[in-house]
Amino acid sequence: MINAITTNPVNYLNKKKGLWSWLTTKDHKRIGLLYQYSIMIFFFTAAVLGLLMKIEKFAPGPTIMTAQTYNAMFTIHGIIMIFVIVIPGLSAVFGNFFLPIMIGARDVAFPRINLLAWYLYITGALIALYSQFAHGHSPDAGWTFYVPYSVISHSNMVLALMGAFVLGFASILTGLNFIVTIHRLRAPGMSWFKMPLFPWAIYATAWIQLLASPIIGITLLMVVAERVMGIGFFDPTLGGDPLLYQHLFWIYSHPAVYIMILPAMGVVTEIFPTFSQKPVFGYGAIAMSSLAIAFIGYFVWGHHMFTSGIGYYSRVFFSLLTFLVAIPSAIKVFNWLATMYGGSIDLKTPLLYAISFIFLFTIGGFSGLAQGALAANVHLTDTDFIVAHFHYIVFGGMGFGFLAAIHYWFPKIYGRMYNLKFANIAWGFIFIGFNILYFPMFILGVEGMPRRYFDYLPRFQGLQEISSVGAFILIIGLILMVSNLIYYRYKGAIAPQNPWHGVTLEWTVPSPPPEENFEEIPVISDPPYQFKEPVRN
Amino acid sequence: MIKIMLTSEKIEYTDRDTGKLGMWLFLFTELFLFGGLFLIYAVFRKEYAHDFHLGALDLNALIGTTNTVILLTSSMTVAMSLTAIQTNKPEKAYNLVLITVILALLFLINKYFEWGHKIRLDIYPGSDLMKNLPPGEIMFFGLYYVMTGLHALHVIAGAVLLLIIMRQIKTGKINQEHFLSQENGALYWHLVDLIWIFLFPLLYLVT
Repeated sequence: MINAITTNPVNYLNKKKGLWSWLTTKDHKRIGLLYQYSIMIFFFTAAVLGLLMKIEKFAPGPTIMTAQTYNAMFTIHGIIMIFVIVIPGLSAVFGNFFLPIMIGARDVAFPRINLLAWYLYITGALIALYSQFAHGHSPDAGWTFYVPYSVISHSNMVLALMGAFVLGFASILTGLNFIVTIHRLRAPGMSWFKMPLFPWAIYATAWIQLLASPIIGITLLMVVAERVMGIGFFDPTLGGDPLLYQHLFWIYSHPAVYIMILPAMGVVTEIFPTFSQKPVFGYGAIAMSSLAIAFIGYFVWGHHMFTSGIGYYSRVFFSLLTFLVAIPSAIKVFNWLATMYGGSIDLKTPLLYAISFIFLFTIGGFSGLAQGALAANVHLTDTDFIVAHFHYIVFGGMGFGFLAAIHYWFPKIYGRMYNLKFANIAWGFIFIGFNILYFPMFILGVEGMPRRYFDYLPRFQGLQEISSVGAFILIIGLILMVSNLIYYRYKGAIAPQNPWHGVTLEWTVPSPPPEENFEEIPVISDPPYQFKEPVRN
Repeated sequence: MIKIMLTSEKIEYTDRDTGKLGMWLFLFTELFLFGGLFLIYAVFRKEYAHDFHLGALDLNALIGTTNTVILLTSSMTVAMSLTAIQTNKPEKAYNLVLITVILALLFLINKYFEWGHKIRLDIYPGSDLMKNLPPGEIMFFGLYYVMTGLHALHVIAGAVLLLIIMRQIKTGKINQEHFLSQENGALYWHLVDLIWIFLFPLLYLVT
């Protein structure tokens, strides 16, 4: 394979010019970038809110804000992070950009709906953000919108709920688009089991987006109806049942956890073979475990409600299923490790992020099992332990998956290389900061520190301070990482077509790709991940 | 490993099967949206079976039946319009879609009078009368308003789609060869009809 150092003079970035050409684009690559830039901006907004909360917790008692402000902060931090960033995140950015290229298509099945979904996304995100600043109190019921508080709270709940509703609609359209794209637009010869594993992960994700999001849609509308019209489905004084809300909410929101994590698993599944120069171990097992996670993930929602007063047998049932869903996740972990085993490992930034993904995801996964056990759950419910757990999964999993993806595909997206040494240093800050920030929260939780409290007992102060210091290190790392990418996006060396010696289809097109990806649609004859020629690094 | 096929043909992105697959998937999401309400209905029906019986007695089964007949007829006319366009009779197709839209309007007018009557009788969420009803009836009427209300919104959305289709038939954008958008619009309209087929017995005939 020849890696000629050439740039692609006419590509999707410069074929058309001007802001208007971006705002009206139907090119899946440009829409992917639109998502990427919006997600970056929202991410830093919500990350700053997180940092402010950590500063508040540096000492017991009020430090820099009031309790009510703190409630609003964790609510809006949660809403933005969950609904605006991690749920759409990977599939909207890298799914949009690379799914069509990796299956040998020129675009997604419905390019116009793709653009519509981005506009809906922006609308929803802005409504959610507006709820924070509009006249009246900022929403303060947490991102889970639990009734009865979300119904009686005197804050801009309706705006926040409508924002989440619109975001859900954007998510449905994206999922629908990807399912149809994968079914209809694979290149000639690319049978299902010749498809790379990132598209498989996106496929499983898209089904969850499609089938679970309508449930949250109707549930949020019901809460709006409760607030505006006083319908009373969830209000016991009118004959309703608040527990019903929790069921409906988690029927969506548990599968949504897999919307977040599955694409990240897909990304690292691409990175391990490339940086080990070895075919992925257990292709079929990885592809099928994605579908198994998506399927079983539908039937475990009750584990969020073990202490809410659901029946004894249903708790046993949900606990058992929760343990079952760990199996396909573990299959993936072992397959990734086996892929690296005996390979010619090239420890560059994307692989660093991918390996730390395994590390953090494993901690997050095991701590999840601790809470899936009925007895431990009673002790751990609503403590900092759960906060640490889901940050290890959502940030350590999806977040590190996202960062892995951006460092892996950056040369393809922009046609330039970033500074690897600098990127590794930034990774060090992020990884260390992350663990200092969140690991103490496991201990705090076990010792009894409740989540969402703005104050704490003096005996927790030591660990809280360590955690707050971690937040600063993490933020420094993130700033270093982003400035590296932004600077070298303009000043970096010209990237070759295939800098990492990958073998999936995106590495066969120039960097950056031309407007319609392929001059000629490729015909596929072999399974993916065939590293035939040994490469010296 | 990857052979390049020498072809410059562009892929037809919105061929008929692709477009229809997208529409069917979208219809699934609509079913799930209503599914949440059907779930709530099932839970409360089990809990308050007797109150639901009493609540349903207050609904006017005649208007409900009329609306059912109207929607079933409209499903027929929209299906006939599709046959008409496939046999190259755009004029007939246009008129049949027009009849469908008129039937949709009739449905909404009936709904308006039905709701108006209820509201005059002080049966609406949060009214003084409702507060004194047993909880099961409060739930029943809550479900009645939310379910038929959400359905009515879908009737309006479907009717708007049909209006766009009428315009496209007129301009020739929909013709004997290209009728995907009409087919999808008809599919959507059938869904609106289908949901009503479930709402009608659940709300009007549970006595």
